[in-house]
Amino acid sequence: MIVSKKDIPNLLDKMIAEYDVLAPVKKDNFTVFKPIASGADAVLGEGNTKLPAKELFFPQSEKLFSYSVTEEGAKLDAPMDDKKKVLFGVRPCDARSLKLLDNVFDNDKFQDPYYLTRRANTVMVGIGCNMPSSTCFCTSVNSGPFDTSGLDILLVDTGDAYVVELVTDKGKALADQAGLAAASDADKTAAAAAKEAAVVTCQVNTDGLKAKLDVNFYDPIWEKIHEKCLGCGACTYLCPTCHCFDIVDDAVDCAGCRVRNWDSCAFPLFTLHGSGHNPRTSNKERYRNRIMHKFKYFVDNFNEIGCVGCGRCIKNCPVNMDIRVVLENIRGSEARLDS
Amino acid sequence: MMKNPYLPLPMKLVKNFTETEDKLIHTFTLQFLSEEDEKSFPYMPGQFAELCVFGKGEAPFGIASSPTEPGFLKFSVAKVGTVSTALHMLEEGSIVGVRGPLGNSYPVEQFKGKDVVIIGGGFAFTTLRSLATYMMHPDRRSDYGKITVIYGARNPGLLLYKDELAAWEASPDIDLITTVDREAEGWNGRVGFIPSVTGEVAPSASNAHAIICGPPVMIKFTMPVLEKLGFTPETTIMSLENRMKCGIGMCGRCNVGGKYVCKDGPVFTRAQLNELPNEY
Ligand SMILES: Cc1cc2nc3c(=O)[nH]c(=O)nc-3n(C[C@H](O)[C@H](O)[C@H](O)COP(=O)(O)OP(=O)(O)OC[C@H]3O[C@@H](n4cnc5c(N)ncnc54)[C@H](O)[C@@H]3O)c2cc1C
Ligand code: SF4
Ligand code: SF4
Ligand code: FES
Repeated sequence: MIVSKKDIPNLLDKMIAEYDVLAPVKKDNFTVFKPIASGADAVLGEGNTKLPAKELFFPQSEKLFSYSVTEEGAKLDAPMDDKKKVLFGVRPCDARSLKLLDNVFDNDKFQDPYYLTRRANTVMVGIGCNMPSSTCFCTSVNSGPFDTSGLDILLVDTGDAYVVELVTDKGKALADQAGLAAASDADKTAAAAAKEAAVVTCQVNTDGLKAKLDVNFYDPIWEKIHEKCLGCGACTYLCPTCHCFDIVDDAVDCAGCRVRNWDSCAFPLFTLHGSGHNPRTSNKERYRNRIMHKFKYFVDNFNEIGCVGCGRCIKNCPVNMDIRVVLENIRGSEARLDS
Repeated sequence: MMKNPYLPLPMKLVKNFTETEDKLIHTFTLQFLSEEDEKSFPYMPGQFAELCVFGKGEAPFGIASSPTEPGFLKFSVAKVGTVSTALHMLEEGSIVGVRGPLGNSYPVEQFKGKDVVIIGGGFAFTTLRSLATYMMHPDRRSDYGKITVIYGARNPGLLLYKDELAAWEASPDIDLITTVDREAEGWNGRVGFIPSVTGEVAPSASNAHAIICGPPVMIKFTMPVLEKLGFTPETTIMSLENRMKCGIGMCGRCNVGGKYVCKDGPVFTRAQLNELPNEY
């Protein structure tokens, strides 16, 4: 199937009648995902959004439930966002990040109903990346500019139109509703050519990285690697696969609500015990945890690298920490088993 | 509908008891509001729960009562921060929230037919009380061999559950050894730190398990003693207390290596911990 770019606003307007449509919109000099009221508001040609798509499923701040307490008990009210949604124009790396987060929010023992309800009710329509940016390294972490692993529909930009690839039944159902024209052989050739032409120039060699991390927890390299890092946590907030949070109460007297907010393993208070003891005392331990979590623990637990190579942490770090360099340095360091 | 693991069960605080002489530890007895609520909370010794004071927040505490004591839950809480302080000030009759049970439990099935040595220091005695009470229940006592409890505190006033300790002292079902760090007026029991007292008592390691909970220094110095007695990494069991929030393996803060203490623990064998980095 195919849809011409000039027909996109119309197509989105039709979807808006039935779904909450979330698409990238302009905000200052970057783009963010927002519910759109009109198809014309979507800004699809830009690169990745500043904030990752995870916030649409796991908001930065979210009410878990409200409560009112009486003498006899407590009345709890947990809102579930089960609106039908279309996430339109998500990039393949961000879509993949949600596939990864599914492992966390639907783990071997517990399910997070807030996240999972949103996931179940959202159709993911992605746009492949014809021009990966200089900080993208998706192909080094088992993804790529046309990775469909987290998508229901993939759109391939062929200049004046998008060639539509249906990935799942959910995607097919949405496309059927939209009544799109069939793609010609020429369109398909153009899509294949666009894919061919999109080159992720940055490669990070991850061969042997996991094996190294398996044994280098006490390696002196960690003393050096974190040195520049300020521990500001910006990389963790902007990372599409980071999922740490805190839970707090927001209340007046007996009525209020319990809220969860993004938190970060970059902060010392994150792990501080009530006794004053802290298992991750300095930035060295905290930075090590961030790397270990994504490139070892996530692999051990879910058989996937916990990074999609979006490059946000590289673009937005105030002191230019570059995770690609960090990984290369770790890979190149001597493996040591002693402490 | 999937179960929402964030929703607390409302319970009534029926007793707010000042447990220690320094008044810093209170034991809270909470009553289920209905039979149905109680059924929804099946737990085993070693598990914990997130206890909440509405309006102040929630924090994890080990369950000090035993499943053999129906109708209520018990927690002994040290006053250290927001939630614990709010709990200490609560009036009896207040409604609190309990989310759980969370985490794994002591492997009581594995203990069957074996001797069990329980070693506790300071106020980390809570889930050990649950364990001892569970094993001493008349229906279960014969499942286990000799039960030895070594329990120490800085001074007599800081020992928890004094009435019960007196009853255990008199009971043939359990060998209780209490100790305090320094001589104190009116104290006729042992004097000395847990590691040396453990060495003196010298419980046999043959066909036995040791369970140890307490402050990091105590653990550190008791480990070599247990090793010398012949307890192996497989028969030495610990419970970790990393800072927690969600209790369900999602919020990221309690990990030791790739394991989440809340979901994969808090009970681990020494052998399991030897495989993990020392981030606890
Ligand atoms: C599995 C498990 C079982 C446990 N069982 C028990 C038990 O049976 N009994 C018991 O008493 N405890 C137990 N604990 C410990 C208990 O969970 C902690 O003491 C908990 O922090 C108490 O919560 P709080 O809200 O009172 O303290 P918090 O308000 O969280 O404060 C804890 C500490 O963190 C520091 N802190 C917090 N916020 C800040 C800030 N903004 N700035 C600077 N410092 C800050 C404070 O210095 C304070 O000392 C257990 C913990 C776990 C994980
Ligand atoms: S953004 Fe940079 S300075 Fe801030 S925590 Fe991440 S790596 Fe450290
Ligand atoms: S670690 Fe950096 S590159 Fe990897 S997913 Fe997170 S923000 Fe993107
Ligand atoms: S307490 Fe949240 S992951 Fe363990």
